[in-house]
Amino acid sequence: MKQFRSMVYPYVAWIAVMIVLPMLLIVLYAVTTAGNDVTTFRFTLENFARFFSDKVFLDVLWRSLFIAVLTTVICVLLGYPIAYAIAQRPEKSNMFWVFVITIPTWINMMVRTYAWVGILQDGGLINSILGFFGIGPVKMMYTTFAVVLGMVYNFIPFMILQIHTSLTKMDKSYLEAAADLGADRLQSFLRVTLPLSLPGVLSGITLVFLPAVSSFFIPKLLGGGQYVLIGNVIESQFLTSGDWNFGSAISMIMAIIIMISMYVTRKVDTDPAARGKED
Amino acid sequence: MNRSRFSWVPKILLGLTVLFFYLPIVYIIVFSFNNTRSLTHFGGFSLQWYTKMFSDRTMMEAVGYTILVAVVATVVSTVVGTLAAIGLSRSRRVLRNIVEQINNLPVMNPEIVTAIGLLMFFSSLGISKGLGTMLLAHIMFCTPYVILSVSPKLRSLDPNLADAALDLGATPLQALTKVIVPQIMPGIVSGALIAFTMSFDDFIISYFVTGNGVNNISILVYTMSKRVNPSINALSTLVILLITVTLVIVNVVPIIKEKRRTKA
Repeated sequence: MKQFRSMVYPYVAWIAVMIVLPMLLIVLYAVTTAGNDVTTFRFTLENFARFFSDKVFLDVLWRSLFIAVLTTVICVLLGYPIAYAIAQRPEKSNMFWVFVITIPTWINMMVRTYAWVGILQDGGLINSILGFFGIGPVKMMYTTFAVVLGMVYNFIPFMILQIHTSLTKMDKSYLEAAADLGADRLQSFLRVTLPLSLPGVLSGITLVFLPAVSSFFIPKLLGGGQYVLIGNVIESQFLTSGDWNFGSAISMIMAIIIMISMYVTRKVDTDPAARGKED
Repeated sequence: MNRSRFSWVPKILLGLTVLFFYLPIVYIIVFSFNNTRSLTHFGGFSLQWYTKMFSDRTMMEAVGYTILVAVVATVVSTVVGTLAAIGLSRSRRVLRNIVEQINNLPVMNPEIVTAIGLLMFFSSLGISKGLGTMLLAHIMFCTPYVILSVSPKLRSLDPNLADAALDLGATPLQALTKVIVPQIMPGIVSGALIAFTMSFDDFIISYFVTGNGVNNISILVYTMSKRVNPSINALSTLVILLITVTLVIVNVVPIIKEKRRTKA
């Protein structure tokens, strides 16, 4: 039983150095002033105060949250019907469709985001089609529309796959029982299928919200240099202005927001409102 | 009645889904063969951007670094992750819980947080950024995925099997390679595949921990995309091709093997 136990110890050392230590560094930098060395730490909450007292940063925070929530909502509204449509297909083509949805996620996100530049440009594909009908040109690049589109495009597969899994795992005899008890299709969907697939929706929400709130190259590529989200602020603190203390504080703020939202999502999951989950 | 009248709705929906997912991919492949610089008007077929790409040293270096890092990170993280997962499955519950929690950190954390943590870590130690830091970082974020995909297989494995092998005189190494590993192979393979594509496609972490002119494909696309440069399309097509081939091999080879076995 204990034969192979020691094989984990090298990995414990590895994660202590490579995962725990860097995380501790972020916390340490976030609560200290610049220019300290190993012997003298000056602790301060100034980095956090600076963020919350500056309207520019607060605006960025709100915009990031707004974009992330909008992306998540669109992903649920579009992803659910798509997952449902796939789940209704015969079992064999179900596998095929899951593959169709999965393949793009394996292809480089940067490359796929860059591809939209040509499609959304003023003289691009969409505007050419619109122009054919005498509309436009509509400015799409460097707008909120382009940023949200890029995020939905990149993250919606996670939503679809999560919902699809919970839909196909569902016991179909519940639907037969509902039909036997006189429920029509809409009723059995609303009162059986939907509550049973809620856990999939919730884990999909986490998988979309998390990368959406922290994303920084999608706004840069599709929103342009002027389009600043919280990820861009963190990037510039580290790679341009070199203020690690402030940058660490911002990423801690972001991490805490994400933790809270994940906690809330889990709370909903175990809520009596999601009672349908119990089987 | 109701059902057949609206049966076209899901078909249209799935059609639009395919269009949405694959249009950008097809678009970039088509325009990689464009004979003008334009990203919007297709002038005619040409291979000039491929010629440009293959003669561009930075681009070829980036392709080389990407493949090198992905292969090394996959091999190392698969071996380390598999051994750690086996060790973990036999560890005390407390240790197992702690390691699993820490292991989940890079998976659950936003990538940019992991990235800046590593950036400060390497800089604090005075390690100069470059190929070495990129390799370490990639191994660091790939291994958790290997563990996550191997661990469920270990949980469903009968622990007595390894003990039986040891009782029958197998050395621990033999028990490991002849009894445990073959049974968790599907988990190891899918873990390796995840590790490979994670490393191959990574942008954020690589972008923060690299230096000294060491770029991977994603970083190059990011820095080059600020100006219109159709060679990016050629490079992107190459990436799409490489990943698709990898996926097809990984998914089709087991099917062929299975067919051969059932025939024999």
